[in-house]
Amino acid sequence: MTRTVVIDPVTRIEGHAKITLHLDAGGHLTETRFHVVEYRGFEKFCEGRPFTEMAGLTARICGICPVSHLLAAAKTGDKLLAVAIPPAAAKLRRLLNLAQLTQSHALSFFHLSSPDFLLGWESDPARRNVFGLMAADPDLARAGIRLRQFGQQILELLGGRKIHAAWAVPGGVRSPLSQEAKEWILERLPEARATVTLALDLYKTLLDGPLAKEQRVFGDFPSLFMGLVTPEGLWEHIDGRIRFVDAEGAIVADQLSEDDYADFLAEAVEPWSYLKFPYYRPLGYPEGIYRVGPLARLNVCEGIGTPWADRELAELRQRSGRPVTSSFAYHHARLVEIVACLEAIEALVQDPELMHGRVRSRASLNRNEAVGVSEAPRGTLFHHYRVDDDGLLTGVNLIIATGQNNLAMNRTVHQIAREYIPDPVPEGAEIPEALLNRVEAGIRCFDPCLSCSTHAAGQMPLRLQLLAADGAVLAERTRG
Amino acid sequence: MSVVTLTVNGQDVAVPAGASLLEATRAAAAGVPTLCHLDGLTPVAACRLCLVEVEGAGKLLPACSTAAAEGMVVRTHTPELGEFRRMAVELFFAEGNHVCAVCVANRHCELQDMAVTVGMDHSRFPYQYPHRAVDASHPQFTLDHNRCILCTRCVRVCDEIEGAHVWDIGSRGGQCHIVAGLDEPWGQVEACTSCGKCVEVCPTGALFRNVDTTAEKHPDTSLPALLRSAREQHRWRNQ
Repeated sequence: MTRTVVIDPVTRIEGHAKITLHLDAGGHLTETRFHVVEYRGFEKFCEGRPFTEMAGLTARICGICPVSHLLAAAKTGDKLLAVAIPPAAAKLRRLLNLAQLTQSHALSFFHLSSPDFLLGWESDPARRNVFGLMAADPDLARAGIRLRQFGQQILELLGGRKIHAAWAVPGGVRSPLSQEAKEWILERLPEARATVTLALDLYKTLLDGPLAKEQRVFGDFPSLFMGLVTPEGLWEHIDGRIRFVDAEGAIVADQLSEDDYADFLAEAVEPWSYLKFPYYRPLGYPEGIYRVGPLARLNVCEGIGTPWADRELAELRQRSGRPVTSSFAYHHARLVEIVACLEAIEALVQDPELMHGRVRSRASLNRNEAVGVSEAPRGTLFHHYRVDDDGLLTGVNLIIATGQNNLAMNRTVHQIAREYIPDPVPEGAEIPEALLNRVEAGIRCFDPCLSCSTHAAGQMPLRLQLLAADGAVLAERTRG
Repeated sequence: MSVVTLTVNGQDVAVPAGASLLEATRAAAAGVPTLCHLDGLTPVAACRLCLVEVEGAGKLLPACSTAAAEGMVVRTHTPELGEFRRMAVELFFAEGNHVCAVCVANRHCELQDMAVTVGMDHSRFPYQYPHRAVDASHPQFTLDHNRCILCTRCVRVCDEIEGAHVWDIGSRGGQCHIVAGLDEPWGQVEACTSCGKCVEVCPTGALFRNVDTTAEKHPDTSLPALLRSAREQHRWRNQ
């Protein structure tokens, strides 16, 4: 009799999802699926609204990375207006995205994933969360929380609030950076640098020891990688063009424009998930699997362009290869990107042009269709709008970073399940929680953002069901 | 000038003959809430928030459109009035599509402020989620019917102050909506002078400037009173 093991919900991620492990009659694992079980409908209900509202509307998709949607929407709006935004606005938007990357990566590493590394995969699930981390290592937990606060505070200094600040608008941004804000950022930078140094040292020590196996079996497979790069091929997060590299590091396509995304990206739909499955069109589905996000950005670029980040990137490549194909290395890549962000923030706030008062270009609608792109913490984000002559939306397509990692997340959880779940699973046997936690952790590597909702770590219950082929529940365990 | 005296919440007040009950309650600093009323425009008593109790009247009376009379005994804040006002605001929210978070008028919206004033934390009435249109045909301004509460301030300011009479109310009952010209797209109404007064007096985000995005609307509702008094006092040289 075939069986399905369900991990529902997946915890310590942003949004609602479940994982199913499909066993054949002999108890052998045949398939592992990552299901996104929520439906948002933004693409539909934005239709009919003025395009100027999209920055505010789409920012509401997510409470963790509203900035990503804000920037993609504002950039799409710039193109509908057909204006060049003032240089100060372009730099302020860069600063906003750097702060966003910093806070989101800090959240992923310290709050969501480090409890697995530091407290142990087998530790009590009720304590395997940020609160457990506070009890075990209060200094580290505090430093991590303050690093996230650093990023969040910059968002507030720029946009007036930490979450959902509708500060970036078509044509630029609403207000310049104040002198006090600049001074605050410079004052807090050394502490942020110290925290990421601490995290990197700690992580590398773990990588040399307890996490060596995870690095090998957590989604190590060949795929394409996609991300933005500068014209020179350096790391980029908001401007720049799109580059694909393959699993050997060879450049497959370079300097692609977001305007042509439909030529190189296509989306497949599976009946068991609300998340679409984008793929690289020239290779077809599912062979066109590609990954986006921090690891992909580091894999596609020649270098970062700042000294400390370039040193860390070199070490990442030395340890894990170039390109890095293990999905577990997303965690390391996130820390390297925080370094890159801190260096870029420091350079930006000292740029006199940043403080220039003119930050918004005004214009009326001049185009009926545009595509905007930005690098969200989780990867490349596309907004594509069509508007009528009055500026009301007639079509919206959002290609979200997490969706682009969908194929890779499915492959990762399958690889982990194959490694850790007993083969075959004896009839009626329970699978230990620690093994299922590793399967969940495969998803956490990608730091997926499945919705605007966030959940305090450890508060979501985990429901595990063993189902008969006819769907009858044979065994059930609940935690939390 | 003749004067009428009355009691508001136990306090004796005197107002000029012909003054409204709303003016009398203001003289007593009673803080009667209003939404459709705007100084400088003719009262229409559409929103029902200024209802007050007048002894012997037999029913609640809208303060904005009721004349103050000698010897009236008025109560402005009773538990029953509080309940009615909250219910009226809940009905406004349930009737339209008011999404404060992404609205252009967020934090500068009189409906939002009124919800706070009357202590509304949820609507006990089911939201109707009506299908309503957005008219973005005007080159400078947009009318979003989803956010309209039919206060008719735009209708009145355009008619009484600007003298263009672009706006009217069309249809009946639950289908009532603001219409431009002869129910045409706003951008095609030749009578519109693009003065923007309707946008300034709109209490919600129903009327806004195209360049404004989320929470960027900063209306100036003092305009009608200013213009009316300037006109009446002949402050302009060509009058």
